[in-house]
Amino acid sequence: MSRLEVDVAVTRGSFALDVSVTVESGEVVAVLGSNGAGKSTFLGALAGLYRPDRGSIALDGRVLDDVPVHKRRVGLLSQSALLFPHLTARDNVAFGPRSTGSRRRVARATADRWLAEVDATALADRRPSELSGGQAQRIAIARALACEPELLLLDEPFAALDVDVTPAIRSLLRRVVRAAGVTTLMVTHDVLDAVVLADRLVVLDAGRVVESGATADVLRRPRSAFAARIAGLDLVPGRSCPEGLRTAEGTVIGGVHPEPVADGEPAVALFSPASVAVYREPPKGSPRTMVPVRLAAMEPHGELVRLRAGVPDGGPGWVDGLAADVTPAAVADLGVDPGDELWFSVKAAEVEVYPAGR
Amino acid sequence: MRTRFRAALMAGTAAVLGLALTACGGSDSGSGQQAAPARTLTVSAAASLTSVYQQLGTEFQNANPGTTVKFNFGGSDSLAQQVVQGAPADVLATASSKTMQTAVQAGKIQGEPVVYATNSLQIAVAPNNPKGITSLQDLTKPGVVSVVCAPAVPCGAAAEAAEKAAGVTLTPASEEQDVKGVLNRVQTGNADAGLVYVTDVKSTNGAVTGVSFPQASAQGAVQSYPIGVVNGSQNADLAQSWINFVRGQQGTAALQQAGFVTK
Amino acid sequence: MRTTVPRFLWVPAALAWLLVAIPVAGLVVRVDWPNFLGLVTTPSALAALRLSLETGLATMVLCLLFGGPLAVVLARSSLPGLPFIRSVVLLPLVLPPVVGGLTLLFLFGRTGPVGGFLDREFGITIPFSTGAVVLAQTFVAMPFLVVSLEGALRTAGERYEAVAATLGASPATTLWRVTVPVVLPGLMSGSVLAFARALGEFGATITFAGSLEGTTRTLPLFIYLESESDLDGAVAMSLVLVVVAILVIVVSRTRDLR
Repeated sequence: MSRLEVDVAVTRGSFALDVSVTVESGEVVAVLGSNGAGKSTFLGALAGLYRPDRGSIALDGRVLDDVPVHKRRVGLLSQSALLFPHLTARDNVAFGPRSTGSRRRVARATADRWLAEVDATALADRRPSELSGGQAQRIAIARALACEPELLLLDEPFAALDVDVTPAIRSLLRRVVRAAGVTTLMVTHDVLDAVVLADRLVVLDAGRVVESGATADVLRRPRSAFAARIAGLDLVPGRSCPEGLRTAEGTVIGGVHPEPVADGEPAVALFSPASVAVYREPPKGSPRTMVPVRLAAMEPHGELVRLRAGVPDGGPGWVDGLAADVTPAAVADLGVDPGDELWFSVKAAEVEVYPAGR
Repeated sequence: MRTRFRAALMAGTAAVLGLALTACGGSDSGSGQQAAPARTLTVSAAASLTSVYQQLGTEFQNANPGTTVKFNFGGSDSLAQQVVQGAPADVLATASSKTMQTAVQAGKIQGEPVVYATNSLQIAVAPNNPKGITSLQDLTKPGVVSVVCAPAVPCGAAAEAAEKAAGVTLTPASEEQDVKGVLNRVQTGNADAGLVYVTDVKSTNGAVTGVSFPQASAQGAVQSYPIGVVNGSQNADLAQSWINFVRGQQGTAALQQAGFVTK
Repeated sequence: MRTTVPRFLWVPAALAWLLVAIPVAGLVVRVDWPNFLGLVTTPSALAALRLSLETGLATMVLCLLFGGPLAVVLARSSLPGLPFIRSVVLLPLVLPPVVGGLTLLFLFGRTGPVGGFLDREFGITIPFSTGAVVLAQTFVAMPFLVVSLEGALRTAGERYEAVAATLGASPATTLWRVTVPVVLPGLMSGSVLAFARALGEFGATITFAGSLEGTTRTLPLFIYLESESDLDGAVAMSLVLVVVAILVIVVSRTRDLR
């Protein structure tokens, strides 16, 4: 069991990545980010595919930078199982132990143990061409863990699976990773992977860590627009003020301070899309915060309809992406179409203001 | 170095492809000089006669204004076959009596063909004969790499006859398809000695030296050059004058110059 | 789903097929069948067949030993000037074999820089030896193995090798236990092609190695020589060569299909 410390900068073309992450021994950390945030580049640097411009990767103080990949003891599970086509499932799993010096018989015993662990004993003698995608990914999990890696890297491990087998594989992976107690770093764009598997989240945006923290904390109180979005919350950045939060251009959003924030400190205002009310015209004399938006999109969201805000002419940029969940009946009453100018309104009691950054 | 390379390149290429250098029978008919009837004589001749015949062809045309000599050079076997099959030719000149006999037996030759020249074997060695080879026996000395023609082809059969006459059994490093192949091995220095014809040695202009040996005149070792008029020729008289020309003073001189023994 | 072939393609397609098929069929017709067995079992014919098979196998082994690593380097390394290196390897594919034979002769011949050195220092003469035949055949056959193996390596990609490394396999282990098995079909068909090319080699061999029964006279050289004197023998052995070639093609095609 090993503690991972990564501090790397990689430049690939016009894209620059500069990330520093620590994963405690036995901890599972999910690196979340939208497409192009730098997740794969980060993983590539960790796996030894790209040479970092600067920085270091260390496992329990053992610096990996100049260690060849096969001596790093870093396992990798990617979205495609990539089982060796010429070997049976058992020989695939036994490959790692055999390659690192185990005798044939010992390696086979290890393989059988891990096949049992992933409920794939019955598949032991099959060739990869005779396995379904979910079965192959089970074998790949057993293969990665049979090497007893000090660090396990997961690269969107469920992205290529059928939707109906994903939950089973996801919970299987959670079980075996927890049982093995292996230090794990997962890269994903799916918040569900993070919720099920990860102790801690690290959110990447444009090649930088924008926030990190315990999974539950980040999802309940996101500090970045991306994290808020995946957590399903509306977020407005600004500075704390006695009424709540003041945005950069001066709009004041009324809100409460669940924890003390000094006046003028960078802060974010968080609220649920369900607490947002939508109007054609601003109601007179309302104590609510009113924000003009241009309707960008409408999409079904459970029983409700989610209205996505865009920036109206001359309006502030931060409204872009704000969501309001309203009933279908309310949408019908409003009679709106994308492109229409609307007002989003939220009660101060439903807005929480937190210090930005963690 | 460069010219040697090129010479060897040409020799090698020719040897391997069995390509005879079939340059066009350059025949500048003296345009409009005379009112003599324009006539064309077609001569099918063995490839080994190429350079001699081309030279004689020009001289013949000069001596017979209005006459054009066209040559068809090739392997004796196929030339004889062509004549038997009725290919248009006025004169057939092969490099062996056996091939000529094919045409005679098919009734394609007027009268008896005449043997007007012979060609015999020599040992081709590097200039100045560094290995000091003076006889067939010397080719069996250790350290001497020799090459000959394969027994299946005429020059190999001749070599075999000479060996028999000398009571020597050669252990050649290679049995080549034709005499140019043998010559190429000696010229490139990969063989110390090779059995080729006198005319082949002459054709290298000193790139190899020829060593004569008595058994070269043994029975079966000598190559005969018969010539005859093809039956049904439209130019039988002209064909006969070509034969006379080849056997005459100019022809004899040219043949001897090339290394043939004339009769 | 079956697509329809435009009708105007049928005639040229048939002509192309007949261009190959008719001469081969003509060969079968021309064979002196009553004496066939006798013609193909003369000591000279058997010696040529045996020499061809032996040198062909030796060529195949040499192509594997040297062409295999070359294909891996071409497919996997990022050496500067890789396109140049590749085009040199492909040269024998487009070069007339005679030219190949001449270049070998000028390098390894007794007066060549390498051949001269070997001759002077060690008394080793390369031309006129069976080794020269193998060398000439390897020269012309190597690209066949390199091209098909490099293709197989590129198709397989480096994904499996990358996975093997994360499983703790050293580059050597990865080569033997992952790369080679994954490209095995390509390796097989490349080897068979190289063998087939060696079997049919003529120009480079006769130019560089010479022609001596049992030592350097392979089947094609034997057939060429026989065609000067005994056409029936040449035709009979040509048929033997055609049959061997067809067998080789069938073997390599079934490998491809698997």
